[in-house]
Amino acid sequence: MDFTFTEEQQLMAGAFRELTADICAPEQLRALYDGRDTQAEARWARLAELGLFGVLAAEGDGGLGLADADFILLAEEAGHAALPEPLVEQAAVALPALGAHAGLPSVKALLPQLASGEARLALAHSRNPLANLPPAPTHWLLCESDAAYLIEAAGVDVIVEPSIDAGRRLGRPVVRASAAPLCRGAVARALGENVLSRAALYVAAQSLGVGARMLAISVAYAKEREQFGKPIGAYQAIKHHLASVAVKLEFARAVVYAAVAHVGRTGARSLAALSHAKLAAADAADLAARMAIQVHGAMGYSWEVDLHFYMKRAWALAGAWGDHSFHSRRLQGLVCEEAFALGPDQTFERTA
Amino acid sequence: MALDFNFTPAQQRFRAEVRAWMQAHVPARALKTLESEEGFAQHREWERTLASGNWGMITWPQQYGGRGASLIDWLIFEEEYYRANAPLRVNQNGIFLLGPTLMEFGTPEQKARFLPRMAAGEEIWAQGWSEPQSGSDLAALRATAVRDGDHYVLKGHKIWSSRAAFADWCFGIFRTEPGSERHKGLSFILVPLRHPGVRVRGIRQIHGEPGFAEIFFEDARVPVANRLGDAGAGWQIAMATAGFERGLMLRSPARFQVAAQKLVQLWRRQAAGADPALGARVAQAWMDAEAYALNTYRTASRLMAGGSIGVEASLNKIFWSELDLELHRTAMSLLGDRAELAAGSPECLDPSWLEGFMFSLAGPIYAGTNEIQRNLIAERLLGLPRA
Repeated sequence: MDFTFTEEQQLMAGAFRELTADICAPEQLRALYDGRDTQAEARWARLAELGLFGVLAAEGDGGLGLADADFILLAEEAGHAALPEPLVEQAAVALPALGAHAGLPSVKALLPQLASGEARLALAHSRNPLANLPPAPTHWLLCESDAAYLIEAAGVDVIVEPSIDAGRRLGRPVVRASAAPLCRGAVARALGENVLSRAALYVAAQSLGVGARMLAISVAYAKEREQFGKPIGAYQAIKHHLASVAVKLEFARAVVYAAVAHVGRTGARSLAALSHAKLAAADAADLAARMAIQVHGAMGYSWEVDLHFYMKRAWALAGAWGDHSFHSRRLQGLVCEEAFALGPDQTFERTA
Repeated sequence: MALDFNFTPAQQRFRAEVRAWMQAHVPARALKTLESEEGFAQHREWERTLASGNWGMITWPQQYGGRGASLIDWLIFEEEYYRANAPLRVNQNGIFLLGPTLMEFGTPEQKARFLPRMAAGEEIWAQGWSEPQSGSDLAALRATAVRDGDHYVLKGHKIWSSRAAFADWCFGIFRTEPGSERHKGLSFILVPLRHPGVRVRGIRQIHGEPGFAEIFFEDARVPVANRLGDAGAGWQIAMATAGFERGLMLRSPARFQVAAQKLVQLWRRQAAGADPALGARVAQAWMDAEAYALNTYRTASRLMAGGSIGVEASLNKIFWSELDLELHRTAMSLLGDRAELAAGSPECLDPSWLEGFMFSLAGPIYAGTNEIQRNLIAERLLGLPRA
């Protein structure tokens, strides 16, 4: 039993934060929001350079062969930066999920390309039909309820849908009738479940990160902004708002980190743990967003202040990969079932 | 190894050992409330039984009546303790608050004098912080201890002192430097409650029993050897004690996990006719109890890796007190028209819901109000300016 991160894991997260401070600085996000972003390709290249796409890929596929415990802090950093590119979807959701089905035709050959960032995957799922598109996608992975498709981008028509979050380029794939599925039936369902399980965990981690970012921005603002002759952060009303955010984030963090042990598992407790992670992190980010805009006052409602980049990311993540209703109902259904084992000795139980 | 969520074989054996002992020893019938005189005596007896199995305070060193167990073992112990529905710890002020404080600030003589008897349940402790004019503003306290040779002469009035109605000793802070103000000039002193010049008057709580008390010090003489730490260092030591209170020990996650388990079971029985919105609140209570457990393991891991717990304790205190309140409010809603039924009513399904609900209302108040905790988080964790 050890709930800490290793020094290496923390160093890797620190290195990624330095990179995002460089490639996702607020002025760059602002360029994106003002429709004058020219850096998407450059960002992708920098992410690839640092080897981030291959963290979870097998060494034989050109990856680092690391585990989910090694990626969770990176996903948190992606949220903290409101990173525009779907690094997390490709590196921590699609790639390891496909890796578990490397025997399927064309998967094995694609894995090294995904790990290097040379291939750019758009990922859609019946639970999350709008893909967060990479710049110039090369491939699509589509998980429908009873079939999965892995298709070169040229074979998919895409309906682009604008998101309020300018850092997310959304696309709805239209698969041509002639397309052959990668797999069907039980295999497709297993792949789809694995994708959803991973996505729920990693969206939760990103929500934590973006929540922490909004808290930090709000604290900085509350120290600077003066009213009635002193910084507004000296008033208890402001303090209590922000302290409540800190509490919520701290406990959501524990839930998300613990859910790493459940990723990819389909037992009732694992599904409940993953839904819990998604809900707890989304709730914490939601509270962070509400309190952040309140603390900023009219400034927070303006286009000029950076806060809205992060609020919009939090709102987008809340609905992605199973929204509140889906995860809340799923968890409630599981926990309230007679067969669900309750009690303090069950916290770390996991079955298949 | 990072993020390892498996118990070692030794930890699993330890769990089995605790489980077996609890099964054999936990009284089949619930004890009377420890707020009553009779219940207090029953709980005192239970502490002796625990000590006979060497379970008094397992994280302490063996020489003081412990087992030198790790914090993970402590959490396992607590899980089995609450699973077994074992009685509440009447000596929590001693074992969870004063014990760790003594361990850090006590002289070898003080540790040898007080800790083993605490672990053995022979001496039950109360705390003496608040005064009529100093609640959240503890530093406004006025009780004095004037040096007279080898003794202090205590004068003053403490209030809201949990367990004091029937306890043997209390610890508290007193002004030892005449004319001093606020946080300065205070000392941390241990005082016997059955003692000349010490008068205790129980205060009935919301449920009718004297759960806390006023303590009047009327020229009570206690040896200077009963002072913990240096003269004038009382505030710092008291803050350490308060940290222990809000930190890991006072409210084990298992307490809330067992309550959440009961709530889910209540829902399973009553869901058919209930508002579905209550189902969401039941699930939230389960989630929050799990979250508290997970974060407690996280804190324990950090402490075992050499970290410390500071203002993070305030995060804990807010989280468990608010989850407990919500959990019990949900139970009251689920019980509907039976919620008001008191113990003794044949229609009352389980009197512990009403008792637990009332007690949960105290959670955001005791151990430092949640408003004070939020100030501490804002100033010390987030770095916001002081008012």
